[in-house]
Amino acid sequence: MSTPTLFGLFGAAAAGLGLYGLIVNPQPLRKILGFNLLGSGAFVFFGVVARRGAAAGFGADPVPQAMVITGIVVAFSATAMAVALLLRLFQATGSATLHVDASPAAGEATSDA
Amino acid sequence: MTMVEGVDAGLAVLVLAVAVWTIAAHDTFAAVVGFVTYGLLLALIWVRLEAVDVALTETAIGSGLTGVLLLGAAARLRVTETRAATERPAALARLAAATLSAVVAAALAAAVLSLPDPAPTLAPAVADNAAATGVGNPVTSVLMAFRAMDTLLEKVVLLLAVVGVWSLAPDRLWGGRPGPRHQADPQGMLAFLARLLPPVGIVVGIYIVWVSADHPGGAFQGGTILAAMWLLAMMAGLTDTPPVSRRWLRLVLIAGPAVFLIVGLGGLWLGQAFLAYPEAYAKPLILAIEVPMTLTIAVTLGLLLAGAPERSTER
Repeated sequence: MSTPTLFGLFGAAAAGLGLYGLIVNPQPLRKILGFNLLGSGAFVFFGVVARRGAAAGFGADPVPQAMVITGIVVAFSATAMAVALLLRLFQATGSATLHVDASPAAGEATSDA
Repeated sequence: MTMVEGVDAGLAVLVLAVAVWTIAAHDTFAAVVGFVTYGLLLALIWVRLEAVDVALTETAIGSGLTGVLLLGAAARLRVTETRAATERPAALARLAAATLSAVVAAALAAAVLSLPDPAPTLAPAVADNAAATGVGNPVTSVLMAFRAMDTLLEKVVLLLAVVGVWSLAPDRLWGGRPGPRHQADPQGMLAFLARLLPPVGIVVGIYIVWVSADHPGGAFQGGTILAAMWLLAMMAGLTDTPPVSRRWLRLVLIAGPAVFLIVGLGGLWLGQAFLAYPEAYAKPLILAIEVPMTLTIAVTLGLLLAGAPERSTER
């Protein structure tokens, strides 16, 4: 098996694992972690396509590489936003659960704002 | 199986095992540490895919900054940990999720195995036009010239993320300082490192931006190192986060995208197209964009990690 194919299969497995973590873990922070794992698996696909497209003296096609660099930065922005939302939820309600029954009454929730 | 193939297969299995750990670990803190390890090892896979620029980005942002962000959040959310353990979904739901994930992974694997051969590539097009940018690193050429629009929009996404994070501040704290004030032993190891490392880190950060013209590196990777040095000083309590109402802060935040936009509109005005650089000035223009952009990136990343304003400026 060639190196790109091997790492392509790795990317597929990482994306599947991330998706499983995203669905199954009840804690929002663990969901963010799963989401990042899913994303990194998808990014590896770009690396595989870039490596397969090696030509003109380059070890890998630069275009997918550049797109993945942009993708990593955008994923980080989304993660920072998600973490800020989560911390605000915790600050406002004293809990970090997504469970509907467990959230306190609306009156309590806004007491901090 | 040759030696190299064996190493590749071992690397893939090792990184996957760490990925399983980040999903399966009971403690969130441990899971995040697993994720940082995963990112660092993933960078080796990027090197094996001949994508050193991506490896640097993955190490600095995907693993490093995301890791710090999640570790900080895990520490603050520690009290919610025991309660969350009771919310585990039923076995049937977990089985369904596992089946769905396995199907998605299998579909992706099938896609990898059926990629066209010979692979389509834009590498010759980049090589043919590389001379026009005056930049030797093909990835920098693509980021700063051929697909500059993507990079410009990515800067806007970063700016929007900062606005989004800030907007989560309670009304009475608007304009205040982000995040908690960090305290550290002034004689301790953290404070020592926060004095020792920044002079070195700042030089390395600027160097990585500078060499990206001809070697792996870039404004992002360099800016991340600069942000890390700032964060180190903040975490050691040597400096405080600036209040978000400061005008200089806001000017630095928009400097990068603003210069990029002005150069882009200049291309339109000179008659070619939006973001088209006159060939004779391509290299100086790219540098003119990269310098303020590096500063903007460093400050933006630092502020994204600091979070929403939590303290009024009076305190």
